[in-house]
Amino acid sequence: MNKNKSSFINGLLTENPVFGLYLGICSTLAITTSLNNAIGMGVAVIFVLTFSNIIISAMRNIIPNEIRIPVYIVIIATLVTIVEMLIHAYAPSLYSALGAFISLIVVNCIILGRAEAFASKNGILASAMDGISMGIGYTLSLLVMSLIRQILGTGILSFSNPFTDATIFSFTIIPENYVISMFKDPTGAFLTFACCAAALTAYINHKKKKEASR
Amino acid sequence: MELVSMFIAAVLINNIVLTKFLGMCPFLGVSKKMSSAVGMGVAVIFVIFGASLISYALYYLVLVPLHLEYMQLITFILVIASFVQFVEMVIKKYSPSLYKALGVYLPLITTNCTVLYVAQQNITEQYSLIETIVNSIAVPAGFLMVLVIFAAIRERLESADIPECFKGNPIALVCAATMALAFSAFAGLV
Repeated sequence: MNKNKSSFINGLLTENPVFGLYLGICSTLAITTSLNNAIGMGVAVIFVLTFSNIIISAMRNIIPNEIRIPVYIVIIATLVTIVEMLIHAYAPSLYSALGAFISLIVVNCIILGRAEAFASKNGILASAMDGISMGIGYTLSLLVMSLIRQILGTGILSFSNPFTDATIFSFTIIPENYVISMFKDPTGAFLTFACCAAALTAYINHKKKKEASR
Repeated sequence: MELVSMFIAAVLINNIVLTKFLGMCPFLGVSKKMSSAVGMGVAVIFVIFGASLISYALYYLVLVPLHLEYMQLITFILVIASFVQFVEMVIKKYSPSLYKALGVYLPLITTNCTVLYVAQQNITEQYSLIETIVNSIAVPAGFLMVLVIFAAIRERLESADIPECFKGNPIALVCAATMALAFSAFAGLV
């Protein structure tokens, strides 16, 4: 259990799929303009990642080795199609905000990477856990990015119910005249990402130094 | 004229890497050397052009008549994966020198989100056949251009004095941010 716990924390921090391993960057940069998009995307990825890990792990002994990648891709594409249809039906405003990036979950390297590196070698339960922890790590990265970008870019921190569009909370943090609108643009996305990744590297270096001096 | 402005818009204004954030993995992965950047860019143009034309034909000739539009995603990703595999085999058989130059980049392209994005964009924007052809050349051409510029910057970065924690990808992303800022000036050109 202890080992599981430490690998769970690894997935969130030191081996964070986004800032540590640079996987799934495209969607991270593109959709983190608001908290709503980040959470919607995060939940969609957790769903796809967990179920693709479970299905691939369950089928790992019957998939021929030579054609495993196409098989994985079909499984993932099927799950993404399901998610896309569900979001389209129940959260239309989220669907239009995320746009093409929902279907691009198929080519999100995190999902294929975990299928290849973990689910194809481990049991169903462990794979499900791995999918959830990697998915949460991804979602946390999205949350950090979107918090920074939304607060600096619009000055307002808000969250609304994706199913009904009713506002749940909305605070004004920075007065309108002092907002840095660049953070809503691609430039801000790249800059925020670079700083987050550098911060994580600095933290890991610091931890390593501490361990070395001990 | 409309096609020319469409081409310029896709290359400069709506650049796939700097405004849509697609193809980030190869953008960071193969931009360390100029020669590999050019190789990757050319391979991407070739694959996107082929794969989007096949997807376009399949969508309008098979999926629409059979009312299977919801199978779009699965069909397209299979077309891309098999097209890449096919191209790899053909090049390996008939042109070993070209294979040596492009071979290592081809398998990577399957997971390049640009390919899937362009194939889907052609359908969702309801482009005609000619518009599809122009779009499928213009988008990867923009990718090639940005990749080459970026590789040139990164070769210079090798000798720069960078804070420890920014070394590697973070500083590259800061450069990408500056490039995105420069490219945002193209908005409103067409």
